[in-house]
Amino acid sequence: MSSVMPTPGQTIGPFFHYALPFEFDRELVAREQPDAVRLHGYVLDGDGHGIQDAMIEIRQADASGHVPEVPGSLRRDGASFTGWGRSSTDPTGHYWFSTLEPGQTDPDSAPFIAVTVFARGLLNRLFTRIYLPDDEASLSIDPFLSGLDEQERQAMTAIREPDGHLRFDIRLQGPDQSVFLTYPRHAG
Amino acid sequence: MDGQPLISKEIEDIHSSATPGETQPRLDFPPYRSSLLRHPTKDLRHVDPEGAELFAPVFGQSDVDVLEADLTIQAGGEPIGERITVRGRLIDGDGRPVRGQLIEVWQANSAGRYIHKRDQHPAPIDPNFTGVGRCLTDDDGNYLFTTIKPGPYPWRNHHNAWRPAHIHFSLFGTDFTQRMITQMYFPGDPLFALDPIYQSITDPAARDRLIAGYDHDESRHEWSMGYRWDIVLTGSHRTPMETEEDA
Ligand SMILES: [Fe+3]
Repeated sequence: MSSVMPTPGQTIGPFFHYALPFEFDRELVAREQPDAVRLHGYVLDGDGHGIQDAMIEIRQADASGHVPEVPGSLRRDGASFTGWGRSSTDPTGHYWFSTLEPGQTDPDSAPFIAVTVFARGLLNRLFTRIYLPDDEASLSIDPFLSGLDEQERQAMTAIREPDGHLRFDIRLQGPDQSVFLTYPRHAG
Repeated sequence: MDGQPLISKEIEDIHSSATPGETQPRLDFPPYRSSLLRHPTKDLRHVDPEGAELFAPVFGQSDVDVLEADLTIQAGGEPIGERITVRGRLIDGDGRPVRGQLIEVWQANSAGRYIHKRDQHPAPIDPNFTGVGRCLTDDDGNYLFTTIKPGPYPWRNHHNAWRPAHIHFSLFGTDFTQRMITQMYFPGDPLFALDPIYQSITDPAARDRLIAGYDHDESRHEWSMGYRWDIVLTGSHRTPMETEEDA
């Protein structure tokens, strides 16, 4: 199969807020749902300042590890879990989601939430992953995590807060920069 | 504030030392001043996609009203400006159509003003134009928006900086790894050479891919001007389910 040159990306710019956010965009499940978890954090620049015009999207499996392929993310019906959500950051750079903790999709890999990052000043999207902090057994056997050093592993793992929330900060630049990913088909 | 000659010189220096074939924008592109503290300084890490990365989100007729593809009918009256259609095809890196997938667009009005509380450009707001649209691609990957040609607008990257007219496009493929956001430009814009966002793509052929073509066959008699812009995502990592005959 022949490969075609992909269209280049461009920055999301500063003026997406009236176009891309929508009602319940960040609530993959209702906040009242008993197994809902709050996933939140800050998107930070190279000076450690919050980025007020960033947008985060997540894609994930449900609690059983199944990746849903069902519509209904833009107009949520309150019942279906679509496994996709979008959160723009507030003036302090903070984002949040109400979601489920994904289960293991593959028995040899640790569960994670896939992430894309967009921002004014960022000329193309970035990808990262959020691993869950508690399941030491699956984290220790995961082939990808095993190839990272300790700082990188920490940068890709959410922190469990005392109230049970998951905290995950995204640092675009600097010594403690997040680990951003590129996939085989992104080459060329 | 820096002037255009300095920005243009910086762009020229980067381009003259670039090797051909860099088809995506540089994340580290100092002439775009906002990128200085917002680009990663460590290399991207290579990884094979797994789990949810192999599945794009799914959108359906319940998510998008067909009227959302016409940006000229969202208010009580006709927006001011040059009525246009933008038509094209969304394909993946192997040339396969991306079917039934969500495309979102947003843009300034014909005077170069966004309906955004932080847009301070003293150009008029058009009460009949929000500049927001959505559609799903059809079974062959085609999309069509009816809108108004956006105006160029000033920004504060440097003194007397103006963005070439553009429409922002948000795109999904069949894998989550194909997610992208970009901007579509109009042919012959005199601001191309001066714009650090457009020029952040160092390969001229790749840069050209962001410019729609004027297509007279798409223009409608006594009604609208037609533009055509095809979009190619990166390749899918999933084994295609359909045979070549179906695709
Ligand atoms: Fe813009």
